[in-house]
Amino acid sequence: MEFKISPLGDVAVVLSFGNEINERTNRQIQLFVSKLEIEKIRGIIEWVPAYTSLTIYYQPEMIAYESLKAELEKVSLSPGESKSDRKFVYEIPVCYGGEWGVDLAYVADYHGMEKQEVIDIHANREYLIYMMGFMPGFPYLGGLPEKLAVPRLEKPRQSVVPGAVGIGGNQTGIYPADVPSGWRIIGTTPVTLFSPEKEEPFLFGSGQYIKFVPISEEQFLTIKQMGDTYEVKRIEKR
Amino acid sequence: MTEFLFKVLKPGLQTTIQDLGRTGYQQYGISPSGAMDPYSLQMANLLVGNPLHEAGLEATMLGPSLEAMTDVSVAICGGNLQPMVNKKKVSMWKSFVFKKGDILSFGKVESGTRAYIGFAGGIDVPLVLGSKSTFINGAMGGFNGRALEAGDIVHGRPFVRKNRFLHKEFIPEYNAQLVIRVILGPHLEKFHPDAIKRFLSNEYTISPQSNRMGFRLEGPELGHIGGADIISDAIPAGGIQVPSNGQPIILMAERQTTGGYARIATVISVDLPLLAQAMPGTKIGFAEITIKEAQELYRKQRKLFNVLSIVSR
Repeated sequence: MEFKISPLGDVAVVLSFGNEINERTNRQIQLFVSKLEIEKIRGIIEWVPAYTSLTIYYQPEMIAYESLKAELEKVSLSPGESKSDRKFVYEIPVCYGGEWGVDLAYVADYHGMEKQEVIDIHANREYLIYMMGFMPGFPYLGGLPEKLAVPRLEKPRQSVVPGAVGIGGNQTGIYPADVPSGWRIIGTTPVTLFSPEKEEPFLFGSGQYIKFVPISEEQFLTIKQMGDTYEVKRIEKR
Repeated sequence: MTEFLFKVLKPGLQTTIQDLGRTGYQQYGISPSGAMDPYSLQMANLLVGNPLHEAGLEATMLGPSLEAMTDVSVAICGGNLQPMVNKKKVSMWKSFVFKKGDILSFGKVESGTRAYIGFAGGIDVPLVLGSKSTFINGAMGGFNGRALEAGDIVHGRPFVRKNRFLHKEFIPEYNAQLVIRVILGPHLEKFHPDAIKRFLSNEYTISPQSNRMGFRLEGPELGHIGGADIISDAIPAGGIQVPSNGQPIILMAERQTTGGYARIATVISVDLPLLAQAMPGTKIGFAEITIKEAQELYRKQRKLFNVLSIVSR
C-alpha cells in the first residue's frame, strides 16, 4: 500500500494514494480505513475518505504529528481484517421520467435514444460510492456509462426534490435533500437516504455500491407512504 | 429538570445555538458546524460552571433581545456587542445572575463580531448526531435546525452560582489588523511559486460576503498552475481554498466537508477564534509557521482550559 502523508493544518493529516480516480485506489483507501477501525490509534477523532485521499482528524494534545505519522505507517503494514471489508450493493428504487424525472426526455433526445433505453442503461448496473460530501448523505458515484453523459443546465434550478436522481456531465447521483442543482433530473427515489433520528442515520457509506431499480409511479407512492418501514434491499458483493 | 430558560423578543441578525461541533459524521457529508469562536464559548461555559463542550448562543453583529423566564447565571464572552440588562450595560467575560423578567439586549458592535452567551446548566435541545450545534444549511440541530426567531422559547436546566470573572490576561483583543498564522499546503504544486510568496507578503481584506461557511478575501490574485480544480478531498476548518479568480476563501465552522478547489494553506487552530471575530473590512496578513510550533500553541491552550476547569469548579 503506497501513500504519502502530509499535515493538513494542525488537527488533520491527509494520506494521498495517487492522483487518478479508479476503483483500485478506492479499494486501497477502504482497506486502510478497515485497518484504522481495528488499530484504534489514540487521539484520532474521525476520517473522511475521498477519491484518492484519506483525511484523518486528530487531537494534537493526545498525539503529535510526527508520532501519528509513524503510527499510520505502522498501520499500513498490518494485515487488516476481511470481515470489516464486506461490500454491499444497495438497491435504490427509482421512478424514472414523468413529473419525477423531468429531464429524462432531454437526455434521451440528446443522445438520440428512446427514454426506455436511457433507463435500461442507467438502471441495473453497479455504481461505486467513491466518497460522500457536498451535503449530508450525498454520494459521489463512479461508473456512469459515457453514452449517458449530458451537459449541465445553463442555469441551475433553485431546488430539486429530495431523492432526485440526476446526471451532470459524466457524473450521476442522488440528492438527499432539496438543494439548487444544475443536473438533469431523470428520476426520483422514494427512499429517505438520511434520517438523523435513526440509530443508523445513513443508508450507505463510501466504498459500497448502489444499483438503481426502476419502479412504477404506483410503487413509488407505496414506498413513499411506508416511509422508514421500507427496507432497502442490499446484496453482498463478492 | 428541564425548564423554561428564556423567550426570544428579537432574534438579532443571526443567533444560533452552538456547541463545539458535530464530530464523527464528516465522512457522510455532515458539516461539523459548532461555535465559530470556540475559545469564547468555552470561556463562557467555564464562567457559569458548565462543561467546556456545553451549548451556548452565538450572536452575530446585531445581538438578540431575550427575556429571562427563570433565574440563571449567565456569562457573555467574545465580541463586544454591548450587552445590556434592562438597558444597563453589563460586563463581558464575567458571570452575573440573569433574573426572571430581566431583558438582555445588545447595542452597537464595539469590538469583534460574535458574542457567546453561556447559561449555567446549558441549553436543552435534542442532541442530533451527538451535538446541539445548529447546522443552518442542513436544517439540523440547535433550535429546530434554524437560527432563533422572535417568540421562540428555549429550555435549559438553569442554576445560579457565585459570580466569577476571567483574568485580563486571558481576554483576547480584536484588532482591525490581523496576522493569521498558517501551515502551508496541501496543494502547493497547484500554485505558482510567486503566488505563495504573494500570499505570505500581502494583506487581504475580508469581504462582506462572509458567513459561518466561509470568509471571502480580496487582495492580490493568486495564480494557479494548470487550473484551480483538484480531485475533491476533505476540507478542515481554516482551509484556504483559491478558486479560478485567484481570490482566497477561508473555510469556517459550517463549511462543506469536501471541496474541489486547490488549497494554499490552513489557518492554525488557536488563530481561528481571532479570525472568527474579524469584521468584514478587516485586513489580514498571513505568516507561515511549522506544524510543531502550531501544535505547541494548541497544547498550551488546551492546558489553560484544563487548569481553568479545575480552579473554577
